[in-house]
Amino acid sequence: MTFRKYLVLAGVTVFAAAGDAMLSHGMKQAGSVSLHHLQGVILAVLNPWVAVGILLLLAFFASYMNALSWADLTYVLPATSLGYVLLALVAKFALQEQVSPMRWLGIALISGGVGFVAGGPALTSHQEDNKSPLLAEDARNGVPAEEVGSGGVRR
Amino acid sequence: MKGAYTWGGILVVVFASVVGDILLARAMKQVGDVHALWRRAGLWTVVSRILGNSNFFLGVTAMAVAFFSLLFALSWGDVSLVAPAAASLTFIGNAFAAKIFLHERVDRRRWIAAVLVATGVALLAG
Repeated sequence: MTFRKYLVLAGVTVFAAAGDAMLSHGMKQAGSVSLHHLQGVILAVLNPWVAVGILLLLAFFASYMNALSWADLTYVLPATSLGYVLLALVAKFALQEQVSPMRWLGIALISGGVGFVAGGPALTSHQEDNKSPLLAEDARNGVPAEEVGSGGVRR
Repeated sequence: MKGAYTWGGILVVVFASVVGDILLARAMKQVGDVHALWRRAGLWTVVSRILGNSNFFLGVTAMAVAFFSLLFALSWGDVSLVAPAAASLTFIGNAFAAKIFLHERVDRRRWIAAVLVATGVALLAG
């Protein structure tokens, strides 16, 4: 794990939490959207909070895809849930909202779960079955073979 | 009857999210380490390899299905039940599916983490 990879995981956490918060705030301003009035969704996108929220969620998706390229799904997923913890802390200390004991317990459990996973290896899956189709694909695209090799053997 | 609809909706959301996560994770494993690939072959190779991956598109489609079924489920049931139930069941489902389909080594450490995070998410949103 390099510093850069920790930054990507931090991006997954922060962008997801910030994006959800912006969307939630914006959608409350935009009013309720029902399935019978789907044009309301298009109007909602014009709300600046919603627009910024969508941009942040796109940034989340990019960092999520980035993380999944070098780490297990079961390693990256707890990082996404750390966003909930971040939101609760922001609610408590920035927005002065009341955080119930149940929520503090939830925060403790999520943090504990993330700690458990972070202590282990990032990548455990076998790459063998992915290797051959990639090699074939790279041969077609004219990408040098040694370049594919390091993608396949990384553990 | 309303309860059956709500739980049916939650199960569809969980199923579609798990399928989407697994497909996206598999797609990105096929693409390879984005950092290394970018350094060696440039951004364009990274983008074209991701966009040329069929698992990526299937994964995004499954995520879209999950998103819209979540909207339906939310219109049938309370947000305080639907959102945490879907999120935490997706966690558990992903741990099983990652072991079976992605051959990830989900050891005791990761099982405990999946259960802790799922319970925590349920408590937070509840």
